Amino acid sequence: MLTRLREGTPAAASGARAEAGTPDSAGAPLAVDAAGHSFGELRAIERIDLQAGSGEVVGLVGPSGCGKTTLLELVAGLRQPDSGTVAIGGRTEPAARLERCAYMPQRDLLLPWLSALDNAALALRIAGASRQAARERAGEHFERLGLAGFERTRPGELSGGMRQRVAFLRTLMAGRPVLLLDEPFASLDAITRGEMQSWLAALLGPDKHTVLLVTHDVEEALYLSDRVLVLSSRPAVVADRIEIPSPREPDRPAAVTSSGFAELKGRALRSLAEAAG
Amino acid sequence: MKAVRTYVAPVAVVVLLLGLWELAAQWDWIANALDIQDFLVPAPSDIATSLWEDRSLLLDDTWVTLREVLLGFLCALVAGLAFAVVLHLSDTLRRAFYPLLVATQTIPPVAIAPILVVWFGFGLGPKVLLIALVCFFPVTVNTLDGLRSVDPQLITMMRTLGANRRQILARIELPSALPFFFSGTKIAIAVAVIGAVFAEWAGASSGLGHQILIASSNLLTARMFAAITLLSVMAILLFALVSLVERRVVTWDSRGVTRT
Repeated sequence: MLTRLREGTPAAASGARAEAGTPDSAGAPLAVDAAGHSFGELRAIERIDLQAGSGEVVGLVGPSGCGKTTLLELVAGLRQPDSGTVAIGGRTEPAARLERCAYMPQRDLLLPWLSALDNAALALRIAGASRQAARERAGEHFERLGLAGFERTRPGELSGGMRQRVAFLRTLMAGRPVLLLDEPFASLDAITRGEMQSWLAALLGPDKHTVLLVTHDVEEALYLSDRVLVLSSRPAVVADRIEIPSPREPDRPAAVTSSGFAELKGRALRSLAEAAG
Repeated sequence: MKAVRTYVAPVAVVVLLLGLWELAAQWDWIANALDIQDFLVPAPSDIATSLWEDRSLLLDDTWVTLREVLLGFLCALVAGLAFAVVLHLSDTLRRAFYPLLVATQTIPPVAIAPILVVWFGFGLGPKVLLIALVCFFPVTVNTLDGLRSVDPQLITMMRTLGANRRQILARIELPSALPFFFSGTKIAIAVAVIGAVFAEWAGASSGLGHQILIASSNLLTARMFAAITLLSVMAILLFALVSLVERRVVTWDSRGVTRT
C-alpha cells in the first residue's frame, strides 16, 4: 500500500506540475480590483487596484507598515479581501490563487540542514518527486543562476547574495506563474544588492512570469518594474502609478543614472513623501 | 597551549583534589574533624582497591543498573518524542495535558518509587518505569519547544510551495526541533542514573544503588564510594555518547530556522 502510494505520487504530481508550468512557464494575468482588508478594527488596505500581465513586473513601494505584505498575502490566497476581488488567470478562489503563486520572503529562510541543491529542489520534493529527479531538475538551473559548483554547499557557508539566489531558484522551481517577491534583497549590502538587481533583470528579461515586487528601495522598483505603484501609509491606497518606458536595461549603472530615470525617481520620491505624510 | 587548557588543566584539578583527599584520609584529618572512626573515611587508594577486589560483584551490579537506565531512557525517548508531536499537532490536547505533564515533574522520584515497588514488585519493571518517568519530562518539553519555535514565515513559505501539514512536520518542524530534542535527551540521560538509584533503594536485589545500601549497612565505605564512582562514570559515558550522536546528526548551524 505504502509502496504503491509512493510510486503513484511523483507521476501524478509531475502531471499536475506540467499543467501548472515549469520554471520557464507562461505567467497568468493578475487583477486586483478595489481590494480592501482589515485586521479587526485596523484597516490595513483600503481600495487597491492593480493589474499585471504575463511577463510584467509590478513594483510596490510605500512607507513601512503600510500593508505591502498583507497585499501579497491577499494575492497569494493566504488571506481573503473583505471588499473587492483578487483574481489570477480569472480565478478568485483562495486555493486557486495559492496554487498559482510562489512567495519569496525577505529572509531567505533556507533550511540549514539541506544543501543548496536540496533547498532549491524543495518544492519538487513537496510535490512528490523523488530526491534524484528533484535534484536533477533543480540542478539544471544552477549554471544560469550563477550557482554552479555550490550544489552541495550548505546555506551557512554561502554568501548573502548566493543565499538569495538559491531562495529565488527555490521560488522559481515551484513552477507557479505568479512570483511574489517580498523585499528580496533588503538584507543585502548595497553593492551586492546592485549586482542582484542586474542579475534579476537579466533573468526576468525573456521570462513570462507575472511578478509582484515589494521593496523599500525606490531605485530598485523603478529599475526592475514595468509599473510602480506608490502606496500610502495605513490604510494603504494607491497614491501614484508610474509606468516605466524601458524597464530592466542590461546596463544598470547607465540606466539608473539617465536623466529619464532621475525624473521618474524624483516623482516617485515626492509621491512617497506625500503618501507618508 | 590549547591542549593544556583543554585536557591538562581539568585533569590537573582532579589529580590535585584526589591527592589532597588521599593525604587528608591517610593522616585522619577528616575522621578527627568529624569525630568518627578512621576506617569510615576511605582514601582514594582504598576506593581503587575496592574497585579492583570487588570487581566481579560491582561489574554485575553495573550491568544491572546500566540495563535499567538504558531501557527506561529509551522508553522515555520514544514516548516523549511521540507525545511532543501529538501535543504540537493538537492545540486542545496541548492545553489539556500540559499542566499534567508539569505535575509529573513535581512529584519527587524518591516518593513515587516505593509505590511502584508495591504495585509492580521487585523486578525490572518498576525501575524502568521510574527512570522513564524522570526522563520523560525533559525530552517532551524540550522537543515541544523546538517544534513550536519554527519561524512562522517558514511555515507560510512551505504553504505557498503546496506543503500539507504532514510535510511541514516532516521537512521543517521535526528537523528544526532536533537540537532541542538533544538538549532534552542530555538532561534525561543525566537524571536517568539518579532515577535508577532511587528505584533500587525502594526495593531491589542487585544494582549499584542496591550495592550502596548494602555496603552502607555494613559500613563498607570504600565499596560505597566505588559504586558511586561507577555510577558517575556510567552517567558521564552515556552523556558523552548522546553528545557524540548529536554531533553526528545535527551537523548544521541551528540558528536561522528558529525565531530569535
